[in-house]
Amino acid sequence: MDIRYDVIVIGGGPAGLAAALEANKNGAGRVLILERDKELGGILNQCIHNGFGLHYFKEQLTGPEYAHRFIAMLEGTGIEVKTDTMALAVTPDKRVWAMSTADGYRCFEAGAVILAMGCRERTRGAISIPGERPSGVFTAGAAQRYLNIEGYMVGRRVLILGSGDIGLIMARRLTLEGAKVLAVCELMPYSNGLKRNIAQCLEDYDIPLYLSHTVTDIRGHSRLEGVTVSRVDEKLAPIPGTEMDFECDTLLLSVGLIPENELSRSAGVPIDSRTNGAVVWQDRQTGLDGIFSCGNVLHVHDLVDFVTQESMIAGRAAAEYVKAGGFKVPDASRTVTLLNGSGVSYTVPQKIAFDRAEDSVEVFFRVRTTFGPSEIAVLHGGERLAGFSRPQLLPAEMERITLPKALLKNAAGGDLTIEIRPKDQGASK
Amino acid sequence: MIREITCIVCPKGCRISIDDENTENISGYGCKRGREYALNELLHPMRTVTSTVAISGALHARLPVRTDRDIPKELIFDCMELIRRTSVNAPVRCGQVIIEDLLGTGANLIATRDA
Repeated sequence: MDIRYDVIVIGGGPAGLAAALEANKNGAGRVLILERDKELGGILNQCIHNGFGLHYFKEQLTGPEYAHRFIAMLEGTGIEVKTDTMALAVTPDKRVWAMSTADGYRCFEAGAVILAMGCRERTRGAISIPGERPSGVFTAGAAQRYLNIEGYMVGRRVLILGSGDIGLIMARRLTLEGAKVLAVCELMPYSNGLKRNIAQCLEDYDIPLYLSHTVTDIRGHSRLEGVTVSRVDEKLAPIPGTEMDFECDTLLLSVGLIPENELSRSAGVPIDSRTNGAVVWQDRQTGLDGIFSCGNVLHVHDLVDFVTQESMIAGRAAAEYVKAGGFKVPDASRTVTLLNGSGVSYTVPQKIAFDRAEDSVEVFFRVRTTFGPSEIAVLHGGERLAGFSRPQLLPAEMERITLPKALLKNAAGGDLTIEIRPKDQGASK
Repeated sequence: MIREITCIVCPKGCRISIDDENTENISGYGCKRGREYALNELLHPMRTVTSTVAISGALHARLPVRTDRDIPKELIFDCMELIRRTSVNAPVRCGQVIIEDLLGTGANLIATRDA
């Protein structure tokens, strides 16, 4: 068996599928996808609700339909897929060690590697909720899998902590299946989910949303019997005397996602502590030559359409890398580093190399807190090079700006700062 | 009376203001479909329903399904009751009709994956 591939993609979810297809389309002859699940599609398979694909396909699709479109595109491409295969290690010389029932322990060699492992949920342990440890406490995504794929109802009286999209979607899903969803509680003073999900998942079913509230106690011996919810102050500390008791058998946690970068870290890929993903150039090459990263393993996206778009960038670049026999190390005078100014919590990419950039570079970022009407200012050495106006900015919604190469050249060899400047006037509503 | 409606047509989630006595008095929408959504929301709210039905002979126990067009919001729970009583056998193709003309709405319930 030939173990040599042009491009090996780790992960067969939306990121891996788009990256593999785009690498193939751009001339990478032998492409291999390694997927640990029994089928391709990743988390989309359990996201049975609609709302996917409006940007990329210009229509509303469910998660499985969105995945299906990409899986169907594999046909006739020659892209090889190994499911039920766990990648165990990636080395800087681009060898990939993997294990499967069918093939055993194997080593593959790649011209380029694309890391597309996605993310996983934060758990009760990650947010240190006090109380007893009965059954009935689930992460929202685990409950979603039980319900939508395996066909198990997780509970009858449900409280949800965290207003991320998965939590909101599960509030509606459980209600439709006959459960009583008592409330969704959110630690922050704003929701972390899309506004349309607040409307169609909570308001449609009269499910209350308690902002600035968190779970402060969990009770129950074998099964969950009740939880206590308290209001929090502006420092996010629970306020004594504000406790509300909810009698419930199920608590779902939708408290954030963490890029799953164990493979990247052990390979020695430099990680950005703000995204918990790799530090990348605009073509999604990491700090390791010929190793690329895209999708939720790079930074957590709100929309799968943007995961697809980003992964196509990585797939294209990986094919170019293989065809060119590697990229030259960019001359420092022909690079720009992006810095987070006030109000910005991260940017992707973190670095730009002109020689590999197209006419413009799209920069994704998130804001630290909510802003009303604001300008996204792009600065170099204190001088404002460009500004982008926005009616509002929310931490839950990833922002994008497009920087033309001509503008970037003003900062050649230096850095660009992206900062949020609230417009004082006209903060009417 | 002016009503505030969050548009669910796309992820932007525009906040649309609309006067329920004079629907020409409408603002805040970002596109034609949003305007249409707000008008419908006043007259007759409609939703797509997504759920699962039992399936045997497939990799998983449940087959994801959706209505192929929006159905009246007040029929959602009746629709769910019908879905709960439905089971199918593999193989099923993505897009295959599972229930025709759901509750006389004209909408079909279709599979959203191969199984």
